[in-house]
Amino acid sequence: MSDTIGLSVLRGVIHRDLRLAMRRKSDVLTPLFFFAIVVSLFPLGIGSERDTLRQIAPGILWVAALLASMLSLDRLFEQDYADGTLEQMALSPAPLGMLVLGKVVAYWLLTGLPLTLLAPLLALQFDLATPSLLVLAASLAIGTPVLSFIGAIGASLTLGLRGGSVLVALLVLPLYVPVLIFGAGSVDAAAVGLGATAHLSLLGAVLVLTAFFAPWATTVALRIALE
Amino acid sequence: MLQAINLDCVRGERRLFHNLSFQLKAGECLLVHGENGSGKTSLLRMLVGLTPTATGAVHWQGSPIKKLGDEYRRELLYCGHPLGLKDALSATENLISSMELNDESVTQDVVHEALRQAGLQGREHLSVRALSQGQKRRVNLARLLLQKRALWVLDEPLTALDTQASLWVVGLIDQHLSNGGIAVLTTHQDLTLTGTTHVIRVGI
Amino acid sequence: MFYPLAGKLIPWFAVAAAMLTIIGMYVGFFMAPTDAQQGEGYRIIFLHVPVSWMSMFIYLVMAFWAAIGLAFNNRLAAMMASALAPTGAMFTFLSLWTGALWGKPMWGTWWVWDARLTSELILLFLYIGFMALQSAVDEPRRADKAGAVLALVGVVNIPIIYFSVQWWNTLHQGASVSLTQAPSMAALMLIGMLLMALASWMYTVAIVLMRVRCIILEREQHAGWLDELKEVKQ
Repeated sequence: MSDTIGLSVLRGVIHRDLRLAMRRKSDVLTPLFFFAIVVSLFPLGIGSERDTLRQIAPGILWVAALLASMLSLDRLFEQDYADGTLEQMALSPAPLGMLVLGKVVAYWLLTGLPLTLLAPLLALQFDLATPSLLVLAASLAIGTPVLSFIGAIGASLTLGLRGGSVLVALLVLPLYVPVLIFGAGSVDAAAVGLGATAHLSLLGAVLVLTAFFAPWATTVALRIALE
Repeated sequence: MLQAINLDCVRGERRLFHNLSFQLKAGECLLVHGENGSGKTSLLRMLVGLTPTATGAVHWQGSPIKKLGDEYRRELLYCGHPLGLKDALSATENLISSMELNDESVTQDVVHEALRQAGLQGREHLSVRALSQGQKRRVNLARLLLQKRALWVLDEPLTALDTQASLWVVGLIDQHLSNGGIAVLTTHQDLTLTGTTHVIRVGI
Repeated sequence: MFYPLAGKLIPWFAVAAAMLTIIGMYVGFFMAPTDAQQGEGYRIIFLHVPVSWMSMFIYLVMAFWAAIGLAFNNRLAAMMASALAPTGAMFTFLSLWTGALWGKPMWGTWWVWDARLTSELILLFLYIGFMALQSAVDEPRRADKAGAVLALVGVVNIPIIYFSVQWWNTLHQGASVSLTQAPSMAALMLIGMLLMALASWMYTVAIVLMRVRCIILEREQHAGWLDELKEVKQ
């Protein structure tokens, strides 16, 4: 019984999930390629006019990041559910909320973080200015954890259901709206020189709120799924 | 002391058992018999607290397990039907991470010793994918050696095990009971344990 | 017991809903004065406004019942929540359509990315998600609880979504026409609107009670007490 709030458990879960992911690198890379392809498709559909592209770039990058981070959501708990690990987690004396937190953090490290790092690179295709690039990276760094947290709720609610992965999209996408608005808005604001601080701090507030509530909701949903 | 009071189980349209009660004191064991789909696993899941009881209650040391929460889970070891092993990890890694999830730390040597006793010497670092069903089951049961828990709830622990391994498991359970532990298990085989053994049949 | 009581109440609410609708419609379409700025086309708001109120309010009620169902493990409350969802979704849908019908003559376009319309659209998605989740779960108890968690998550989110959409809207001003500067309303208009709102209320109660009765019948097929009811025996 090392500690009461379960920090060692948290570390254990993150460590385990990262190690598992490293044994299956393709799972990590698929969403990234998806992201890159979707983003590159837009100029092909819209035309290569620079001003238009520059204007729509924040929206496109954010929507694509949203979709990419949703792509592997159904895998977040599915494997643990199928092989019985989730049962063991629910029966662990450590708080399930901590275990969930660990899984979400690991999930973010494997999807959100790479997306954040990749996005500025792809944004170069759209001729965004350097300050905008920085704001884009910052907004993704704050926003993608929110996506992971909310996504975890969706994933836990649809655990083991038929058509789970499509259903997740239906449940989670409307809840992503504020993140999209603040995220893409911050880049827009930076592009027109308004300063992105307001957007980013709102995004931060949303993050704090979800980090607090989402693990709890996920825990409840997981216990329901295990019944 | 583990007490089940008036448990009911309804699955879909069928009532699997009704008003099921029993009591187990330290050193006692309960064997749950029944056909496939008779509700054995459902009963065990109620006992460990995964499925909430619609009627009745499960008590541990006199208090309802719902109220005890992690205090109860600290005393409990459950081996369910899915084994809780990751195919991509080795037996050792699996056991270590499973211990970490349970908020207990363990050294590699201890794990190796447990795996040796489970008859898996030389396979400690093989990924679990390469193991046979019986060997996977042994990895899963090696947890019995690692986690010191008062209540064992085992769902079909002898499935896929050969005679020798079955004897090993039965020996472990016997030892657990003689140390004052409690065990609940489902099985299709006939088991002879030295301690006091209660038997119930579920399903009609 | 709830079931027979609900059975007795349904006709009353249904009749009240019908009456109020007729009166409300009459007041709205024949008695209320023609709006100076908007002409006759504005009369759609007698439908639009009550329907939009209901669409939002039903979500709150639904989340409330869902929370009760989850917290106290109460089956009836959970059934209420799932019975409310389709009605709420219908009102949301109606609200969007009537909004579009109103927008066409007023703004010259069917759809404007106005903050309220957008929020309403997202609300529709939330309803649809709730219903989709419930229908995807085979076991009714799990469906209830999972739906309840979703409804609660949604209800926490609605203010944030609404706020974010407003924020977004103020930044992208230009095409959109603000709905907030409502023309001062004649007393008769207000009465018509309130009557229609009341009618929607009655309609909701009637339809939800009916739906709950259906759900009860479906779920409790093999529970003994149903067989003792006269209506069911017939």
